[in-house]
Amino acid sequence: MAIDPFTTATGIAKAIAAGETTALGVTEAALARIDARNPQLNAFTAVTRERALAKARAIDDMRTAGQPLGPLAGVPFAVKNLFDVAGLPTLAGSKINRDRVPAKADATLITRLESAGAVLVGALNMGEYAYDFTGENVHDGHARNPHNIEHMTGGSSSGSGGAVGGGLVPLALGSDTNGSIRVPVSFCGLYGLKPTYGRLSRARSFPFVASLDHVGPLARSVRDLAIAYDAMQGPDPDDPVCAGRPVEPTVPWLERRAAGGLRIAVAGGYFTRGAGPEALEAVARIAKALGATREVELPEPGRARAAAYVITAAEGAALHLDRLRTRAAEYDPAVRDRLLAGAMIPASLVVKAQKLRRWYRERVLELFQNVDAILAPATPFPAPRIGQQTMQLDGTEVPLRPNIGIFTQPISCIGLPVVAVPVPLQPLPIGVQIIAAPWREDVALGLAHALEGAGIVAAPRPPE
Amino acid sequence: MPPEADTLDTYIDAAAQMLALPVAPEWKPAVRAHLEVALKLAAIVEELELPDEAEPAPLFEA
Repeated sequence: MAIDPFTTATGIAKAIAAGETTALGVTEAALARIDARNPQLNAFTAVTRERALAKARAIDDMRTAGQPLGPLAGVPFAVKNLFDVAGLPTLAGSKINRDRVPAKADATLITRLESAGAVLVGALNMGEYAYDFTGENVHDGHARNPHNIEHMTGGSSSGSGGAVGGGLVPLALGSDTNGSIRVPVSFCGLYGLKPTYGRLSRARSFPFVASLDHVGPLARSVRDLAIAYDAMQGPDPDDPVCAGRPVEPTVPWLERRAAGGLRIAVAGGYFTRGAGPEALEAVARIAKALGATREVELPEPGRARAAAYVITAAEGAALHLDRLRTRAAEYDPAVRDRLLAGAMIPASLVVKAQKLRRWYRERVLELFQNVDAILAPATPFPAPRIGQQTMQLDGTEVPLRPNIGIFTQPISCIGLPVVAVPVPLQPLPIGVQIIAAPWREDVALGLAHALEGAGIVAAPRPPE
Repeated sequence: MPPEADTLDTYIDAAAQMLALPVAPEWKPAVRAHLEVALKLAAIVEELELPDEAEPAPLFEA
């Protein structure tokens, strides 16, 4: 039986387990679809064809032998090209990294997804060194939004957004330092999970900003997100930042968590001022569906965003200092010039920013004494056109790039878990952040699942 | 008060030399613009008064 390319991961695994199709058939179909659609979407930078076919055959052999199959058995997935894939140089969206020796081992999260039966089919386009919100890449070409290829995917997990949104794979991994999962999820109409800082292992992924780097999944259904998240949780000695917490499964709670009288509020003030009409409409729809009438003001989110900006520029520059000295001309100029400037920020200002983060964290955690989840737009507007430089907000023309992340940065600044959910507005979807207290991914996932079940949020199928 | 453009240019030249960073003349306007933004945002951070005892966010465990 042929599988529709927009089938969820859950649906694929179920069909394979039931013998309605085979992992090999699904994988061959995914590879054929990548061949057909990628020239337009430019989501993939490498396709791991032989590896994928071998893994798919192994899954089919396990089923034939009557062995138990994992929850993602036979599900194709792909990863932002900053995750190590054995045998490939880890590009991190750059030209410079093409000279790296091929990775000897896979990133921990790839190993964990494959242990659950998933089939890696390739590596995905991204903004250079993850310092990007647009999805534009001068080395590999711009990733294109499946809903309208003239528009941005968002970044920096641009190929992750394009590949999942375009029905090339049901599941992808991305990273999020200031919004790089939540922005493409918003622009491409998907679900994305940016877990609590330290929840998922970053081992064998190319870093950007040690203080703020997160990794997580993107998918077209909440259950797929939760299954992938559960499969990837747990301590990892290879990542000193990864928490020692045991696995806390969220899938068993998907149906029940939202039924428990959760206290939900809408983020006011800062989170409404810079928002366009689509963002406000999307939040209003979700708030209404969840009965969220309360508004809360996060304490000083603008300053938190400023702190995240300063820390990002400085830590990013420190990471790249040697390369900037020797190979500056090989960077995308937009990235290079920000990194050069970042290298010159006085250390005292960076320490102040790190102090502000702790102050802000303590006050936000106080808010979570009285509320279980906070709603905020993921982006101020739906996907802009590729190359667009400015945006109309509140009747004022504002520069585009620095405004894309204004609603995501104050949240990742203190590592709060977020599920970004798609509101299928026309002509382009837009995302809303469901923000929970640290380690309460189950709350955000449960609310997202309830909204999905009620038809309020959905990953829209793009025209082809 | 944000620094004057000339002051920033002088600072960029000195910092580039100190850090052995090549800043080509044609890159300088963009580097300056980004540094201006970073310093403006750092000033927003600084405006919030914190006690001397305030701890930075990253934790170290010995």
